[in-house]
Amino acid sequence: MHPRNVWQAMSRPGYLLGAWPWRSAGYLLTGAVTGAVVLVGIVVSVAAGGVLALALVGLPLLLGTVLAGIPVAALERFRLRLVDAEPASDPHEAPGEPGLRAWLSTRLRERATWREVGHALLFAGLLWPVDALAFTAFLLGPLSVVATPLLMAVFGEAKVLKVWLVTTWPAAVGFAVLGLLLLALGAYLLGVAAGARAGLTRLLIAPREADLGARVVELARSRVRLVDAFEAERRRIERDLHDGAQQRLVALTMTLGLARLDAPPGPLADQLAKAHEEAGTALAELRELIHGIHPKVLADYGLEAAVADAADRSAVPVDVDLELPGRLPQAVEAAAYFVVCEALANVGRHSGASRAEVSGGHRDGRLVLRIRDDGRGGARAGEGSGLTGLADRVSVLDGRLSLSSPPGGPTLLRVEIPCGPAS
Amino acid sequence: MRVERPLRVVLAEDSVLLRDGLVGLLGRCGHEVVAAVGDAEALITAVGEHTPDVVVTDVRMPPGFQDEGLHAAVRLRRDRPTLPVLVLSQYVQRRYAAELLDSGDGTGVGYLLKDRVGQVEEFVEALGEVADGGTVVDPEVVRQLLRRRRDPLERLTPREREVLALIAEGRSNGAIARELVVSEAAVGKHISGILTKLDLPPADETHRRVLAVLAYLRA
Repeated sequence: MHPRNVWQAMSRPGYLLGAWPWRSAGYLLTGAVTGAVVLVGIVVSVAAGGVLALALVGLPLLLGTVLAGIPVAALERFRLRLVDAEPASDPHEAPGEPGLRAWLSTRLRERATWREVGHALLFAGLLWPVDALAFTAFLLGPLSVVATPLLMAVFGEAKVLKVWLVTTWPAAVGFAVLGLLLLALGAYLLGVAAGARAGLTRLLIAPREADLGARVVELARSRVRLVDAFEAERRRIERDLHDGAQQRLVALTMTLGLARLDAPPGPLADQLAKAHEEAGTALAELRELIHGIHPKVLADYGLEAAVADAADRSAVPVDVDLELPGRLPQAVEAAAYFVVCEALANVGRHSGASRAEVSGGHRDGRLVLRIRDDGRGGARAGEGSGLTGLADRVSVLDGRLSLSSPPGGPTLLRVEIPCGPAS
Repeated sequence: MRVERPLRVVLAEDSVLLRDGLVGLLGRCGHEVVAAVGDAEALITAVGEHTPDVVVTDVRMPPGFQDEGLHAAVRLRRDRPTLPVLVLSQYVQRRYAAELLDSGDGTGVGYLLKDRVGQVEEFVEALGEVADGGTVVDPEVVRQLLRRRRDPLERLTPREREVLALIAEGRSNGAIARELVVSEAAVGKHISGILTKLDLPPADETHRRVLAVLAYLRA
């Protein structure tokens, strides 16, 4: 196992010879440089913004300064990888819609943004000098001690840490040895400093539990949005087919029908009759297709009527016993309808049943549907039955789909979806 | 027997292509389209203005593209229960047909799939049937209904069901006799059997036929 962060690395043998001390040093050095740049940036823009604020044009600049916390934090999360392999993800939410205004209002409402501003100020004012100090004291200091013999060779004498003057070789070598010991100690201190610094950064600008909770809610919402978008697309396709292809086909069969009246008996009349028949078949097929995409009766009359309609179309006779208080939310109606259709299609295809029954109602804030058949059973979700997809669809609405189908039957499919009546 | 006569028609259909086609088709067959409109409101206004012999309307129409046409038809028949209305639908829906037949006393209404427009002669015949107070239900709706178990109809023999289905499609006794290759007297016997089993007391013969169709649709 490779160590995941500098703390783990320090607790293992071989730390001194590995890359971790250098990574820690690199983290502190880049921290010092970045922090200094951030400080300069903040001072300049606040000063300029403050002056210009008198003429109002400086206000966007001040706002920009506030938002500068965001890229600084992003850079810091990136830098964190030097000493911590655990990724720190972006705590921000995606704005609900495109555009600068939506982005701004989302960002300014988030706690994460304000934490990042605080982090940027702390970084610019306090942290980077600490980084610089740690880097100097724990790496440059020991290195300069180690370099004593070298300095002696060049200048004839050396002042170790600007305190002790060394003029003899034995002393220089002694300092060099001491320097190596200090370097080893410094490597650990670098690790501690970098680890502590990384911990503080993570605390300030990585997502917190509360943010994660919000993300889960956001994910659930986006899933629902996806299903809604899917439904809207279904309706659009249905409308396009209905208003376009279907109307043209009706017009075509009408024209062909009229032409048949005019045509004298003979080969032409026969050809016309054939074309007329073909167009009629195409129209019937298109009608079935459109119905499968989004049945009109569901939109116009709701689930009860749509289930009765599905029962009418079923190859196996179906009894319907369904009582609802009225219309249900669109998404619930659609999901429930497609479950019933798929279930009845399965009954017709695989069950060998002679009767089926759809029953249920709305009780205790839930829609409950049961689809039962007297077939041979042995049905399983998955295996191309289409039930898995339906279960997913029901689960988006926090509903549940369960199947009981022992070999020999009967098969019972049960769906529960929490919902109130539609407003 | 029905008397062939030119009909004054108010037509509501939002697709210009179909509307023009229907105007041409009806003109060809000797009927006059006195108004051809594109939405439900205009349909109601046009009927008020022209007092037509028969109304032909699409189910789905602007502004909502839901069942505005059907609701306009039901509204028209509430105000004038004897106004003959033929509704064209892209869909086979028992609910649409039932709602329509419930309006007025169930006579002089038709519910047909748009596909039938292509069968020009049958379509014009159905229109005439509706204009003369008959009831026409699309064979496709009838076919679907036959698959279901219908408690009030369970007492009917298969042959009686067949006859009832053909009545629902708007056929006359003669036409039913030809279709089933039996005598007209046999058809009459089946019909009285159906009416008795459905508890429809003897009254005006045409009216009871409609009630039988309604029982059939609602079952």
